[in-house]
Amino acid sequence: MVTSAALFWLAGVVTLLLAITAIYCIIVSRNLIRILIGVEIMTKAATLLLVAAGVVSGRTALAQALIITLIVVEVVVIAVAAGVVVGSYQHTHDMDVRNLRDLKG
Amino acid sequence: MSFLIFLLLVLVLASAVWTVLATQLLHSAIALALTSVLLSIVMFAFQSPWAAVFELSVCAGLITVVFISTISMTRHYSIEEEQARATSRLKRFIWLPVVLVFICVGMSFMMPGPSPFPSLPAPTTLDMRQVLWGLRRYDMLGQILVILAGIFGVVVLFKPKKREK
Repeated sequence: MVTSAALFWLAGVVTLLLAITAIYCIIVSRNLIRILIGVEIMTKAATLLLVAAGVVSGRTALAQALIITLIVVEVVVIAVAAGVVVGSYQHTHDMDVRNLRDLKG
Repeated sequence: MSFLIFLLLVLVLASAVWTVLATQLLHSAIALALTSVLLSIVMFAFQSPWAAVFELSVCAGLITVVFISTISMTRHYSIEEEQARATSRLKRFIWLPVVLVFICVGMSFMMPGPSPFPSLPAPTTLDMRQVLWGLRRYDMLGQILVILAGIFGVVVLFKPKKREK
């Protein structure tokens, strides 16, 4: 039987590794869609930590309410960012993030 | 149960690494959906079924559709360009597995300490609906405002341009 501290530690380690994966993806990628995918993985890490904290502290209801709020915010951010990516592509005809340096105004 | 949770968490991490390392964007989007599916199974195992259903339907479904639509609306590279980009990507991403293994080895020397929630009072037995509509009702107002802001943003982004005189 796994203890709550060990469970939280295990989830925390995986959260840390997911966050490092996401940060690495955001820093190293040049494609705008891949940067969005990195943001998505970062929110997955936050979701995992929230659900682990909820089950360890015995407040799964509160954790689920926060996770639902997080998912709603995540969807809106991704939808608007995808629109910005498509708009940038129509403007520059490329997905390279370095082209955005030339934007003015 | 503990081995199942450990296995699921390892699969979530492996799927996320595959998402980042995949050479084609479509494969990355599919791997991201797989990560969401695995995370929703973890949520079911952690006694959070409502959050799991939201994760499964919204993150694994809707967001994958948004990503695939965005990929299809943007440029498709030829096979030669794709291979050249894959080689360039491999050089940049080769350090990710090394970093992850290094951190895993470092964390394996750290034993789990006492429970991080020792001083909290006894958990309440509130249902998730009571929490969402009772304790966190102002979150719902924030969610509605965020959704309206997102709709407004998408409408503005895709608004057709007026013809210049």
